[in-house]
Amino acid sequence: MLVGLLGRNNMTLTKIIFNKVQLSLRGTVRLLATVPESSKAPGRVHGGYNFELTDEQKEYQALSRKFAREEVIPVARHYDETGEYPVEILKKAWKLGLMNHGIPEKYGGAGLSHLGGCLITEELAYGCTGIATAMEANNLGQAPVILAGNEEQKKKYLTRLVEEPLMCAYCVTEPGAGSDVAGIKTKVEKKGDRWILNGQKMWITNGGKANWYFVLARSNPDPKCPANKSLTAFIVDADLPGVSVGRKEQNMGQRTSDTRGVVFEDVEVPNENVLLGEGAGFKIAMGAFDKTRPPVAAGATGLAQRALDEATKYSLERKTFGKFISEHQAVQFMLAEMTIGVETSRLAYLRAAWEIDQGRRNTYWASIAKALASDVANKCATDAVQIFGGNGFNCDYPVEKLMRDAKIYQIYEGTSQIQRVIISREHLKKFKEIV
Amino acid sequence: MAMRVLVGCKRVIDYAVKIRVKPDKTGVVTEGVKHSLNPFDEIAVEEAVRLKEKKLASEVIAVSCGPPPCQETLRTALAMGVDRGIHVEIGGKDYETLQPIHVSKILAKLAQEEKVDLIILGKQAIDDDANQTAQMTAAVLDWPQGVFASKIEKMDGTLKIQREVDGGVEYVEAKLPAVISSDLRLNEPRYATLPNIMKAKKKQIAKKSISDLGVDITPRVEVLTVEDPPVREAGAKVESVEELLTKLKDLGRI
Repeated sequence: MLVGLLGRNNMTLTKIIFNKVQLSLRGTVRLLATVPESSKAPGRVHGGYNFELTDEQKEYQALSRKFAREEVIPVARHYDETGEYPVEILKKAWKLGLMNHGIPEKYGGAGLSHLGGCLITEELAYGCTGIATAMEANNLGQAPVILAGNEEQKKKYLTRLVEEPLMCAYCVTEPGAGSDVAGIKTKVEKKGDRWILNGQKMWITNGGKANWYFVLARSNPDPKCPANKSLTAFIVDADLPGVSVGRKEQNMGQRTSDTRGVVFEDVEVPNENVLLGEGAGFKIAMGAFDKTRPPVAAGATGLAQRALDEATKYSLERKTFGKFISEHQAVQFMLAEMTIGVETSRLAYLRAAWEIDQGRRNTYWASIAKALASDVANKCATDAVQIFGGNGFNCDYPVEKLMRDAKIYQIYEGTSQIQRVIISREHLKKFKEIV
Repeated sequence: MAMRVLVGCKRVIDYAVKIRVKPDKTGVVTEGVKHSLNPFDEIAVEEAVRLKEKKLASEVIAVSCGPPPCQETLRTALAMGVDRGIHVEIGGKDYETLQPIHVSKILAKLAQEEKVDLIILGKQAIDDDANQTAQMTAAVLDWPQGVFASKIEKMDGTLKIQREVDGGVEYVEAKLPAVISSDLRLNEPRYATLPNIMKAKKKQIAKKSISDLGVDITPRVEVLTVEDPPVREAGAKVESVEELLTKLKDLGRI
């Protein structure tokens, strides 16, 4: 394949590299990397850790990989430039069952484990994190419902996502409160059998495309009331009167993802849409994060892997000072550091997802994975641009997009600073228990 | 009168892998190399599944001959919609010397056992490029064949097959039961959906041995050496058509 392209005609070096970098990533590069060849004799199981995926996991990982290479990568640049919502891709992914894979089988979903879901997310993020985020926001919005919803709520709001390619969104952040969830001001007042919702949410992924929202609001206005009693969680249908969305925000990266402000003006939410009960909101919102941080870490790992693959390909083609740049130690060391980052991020998110699949609280692992993977993604993206040199800065090459897309991973789903607050808190707690 | 369909699924080295010759020149490196379902067989599976969706086929059975990893190849076919699989276990030296002549007899035997009406195979495998199995299978069974099929239409008791041949497009009508080999433009294979991948887990893969089928797989061909093709030499530029003709004459090419 590659030899044919090189031998062709009088294309300039840059164009050849551009073409090859665009075309040859389909299917080639990572095939030998993470999917173990099972024709090897089965290894002796010594007990303890097992790094082998099941056959089904390998299959749908391969499906996601193929989908990312053949469907996502070819259109990613277009969606990034126009900023339009990737409706066609989402529909295709939905048809293949790659979206909403966490919904239990009872409600029509695939009921995949968290680890399985992360495998899919990493592969899709490899193609485009903007598109992957639009899909992942569905998982974020559903998580509280799967976690805390009653039978009627699950049936009503989860089943519809499986029956039609609908989106949902997670509305907690406000213009004045991001990291400080307890500081949200959106208020809700009980009036008879309805709750009147008033307030403003911001930076809501899928804000303008959601069929329903998971909303966190302050139900107890008393400032002395602690967060774990004063906030209530609701499922809010997007077509209720009083719900309005702002303009689509122009962001640095993941530009195809729909991020907007959402305003609630005297929205009447039926009592049956309260999750768990009054005052239970904070716990639900935080519990959801433990489930959604591993896939976000997986997405960041997918981006980091893409950056590594693109940089490696380029380094094997670009020559300087009479050698391929991959033969210069400075570049080799950069690739080595990127590899260290990618492999460890992957192990981190797999562990975090596995812990939750075992039924254990995984806050410690989830925060570690998210903190690590987001930093790794940014470093890998920056280094990839560096390896591409001048070409890296240019929009005809794929790496500048990676750098713009990577930044948000250190911000959303809990900033890198908040992750460190959580990790140190968990660590100190554990330490005090044994000493 | 829905047909019972048999599809061949060969496990080959993935098309995207760079093939390397073994240092001892006895073959290519397969150890630790990614393998997948032969692309033409994937097209064959897709066609069979579409026939089933159109209710023209009642059951689709996939067959693969080779070592245990062939079961993964069958799982891929099951995830696309095939009903069940048959793994004919052949390993070691026997597998290395397995040829279309043997496979065609295996498929013929299975087709008779399973009372199949239609066999769809890939036109050729991307490792040996033999393009023989479909033709030989038809001969063994004495069934009509439509190879290099780019379109299949079910008529009353026959199949109208559009074939891509060197001179263009040819139409052949074959009485059932028949053998077809799929060409590139027959269809575009679907992605297996996630629910189907999970469902494939529960579908059955039967194991058969060569002795079960009573087929003789004694090698008929001996591979002497396997070598890389010669490295492409640099071309030369010429200034005019006359110069081109002179050069070609000098090289004895014309």
